[in-house]
Amino acid sequence: MQTVGLAQATIEAHGIPTASITMLAKITATIRPPRALAVPYPLGFPLGEAHNRELQTEVLRQLLALLERDDVPVLEDLRL
Amino acid sequence: MVKSDNGKGGTCVVDASTRANLLCLKGWAHGGVLPSFAMAETHTLTLALRAFLKSYPWRRIDPVPVASLEKPVSECIVALVSSAGFVVPGEEPFSGSVRGGDFSFRVVPGDVDVQSLEEHHRSNSFSHAGVEADRNMGLPLDRLHELAAAGEIGSAAPRHISVMGSITAPGRFVERTLPAIAHLLVEDNVDIALMVPV
Repeated sequence: MQTVGLAQATIEAHGIPTASITMLAKITATIRPPRALAVPYPLGFPLGEAHNRELQTEVLRQLLALLERDDVPVLEDLRL
Repeated sequence: MVKSDNGKGGTCVVDASTRANLLCLKGWAHGGVLPSFAMAETHTLTLALRAFLKSYPWRRIDPVPVASLEKPVSECIVALVSSAGFVVPGEEPFSGSVRGGDFSFRVVPGDVDVQSLEEHHRSNSFSHAGVEADRNMGLPLDRLHELAAAGEIGSAAPRHISVMGSITAPGRFVERTLPAIAHLLVEDNVDIALMVPV
């Protein structure tokens, strides 16, 4: 979570808005990347389930929806 | 190069910039409140990993930079940044022997067959079964192309980024690698970067 969080900070500072998935929301709350979506899946399974096109797409949709927010840091739960 | 207490009872050799970052982290960790971890979130982790997560001096982003969208998502060029350690076949694998973590990055062309990517993440702190079964679990490139085809995003970027997470000494990653990644994304006129850790 730290690696992508730090990437977010640099990329965002270069003018590109970012959002990340996190499987460890409390650690992400500590690191404070600009926008993050907490998913209820274990490490190694950020998109939920292999070959589950519908679920993977929904995770991406909710991740993209965070881009409308600029009240950073934003940390939201995936809602299914 | 200096030796530094790695916080785990041993020492590690780090360069000056990494040491500065570690000192900064320690300063925060000692002055702040370390997070507590809910069982619901960590019950699947090994005891050793849970102990690491509790004691590691996580870097805190402060202030939090913010860039705002300048157009609707449906018109945006979207890039993926994955820390799953994927490598295009034939390119150099990530290394498990770089102290503090391999801080290099690889470019993944947007038109690659995502399932052909090789997974070279060296950490055993997570199950690799998901990404081994379906590379979209770590780099959802097929899903991104489908969203573009459906008009939900403007397009998938021509290049995506792969790194290997579990970088415990992130100084070189922050100072050398991330600016190069950011410049590449700016060069491609990327509007949104989505980050996928494993």
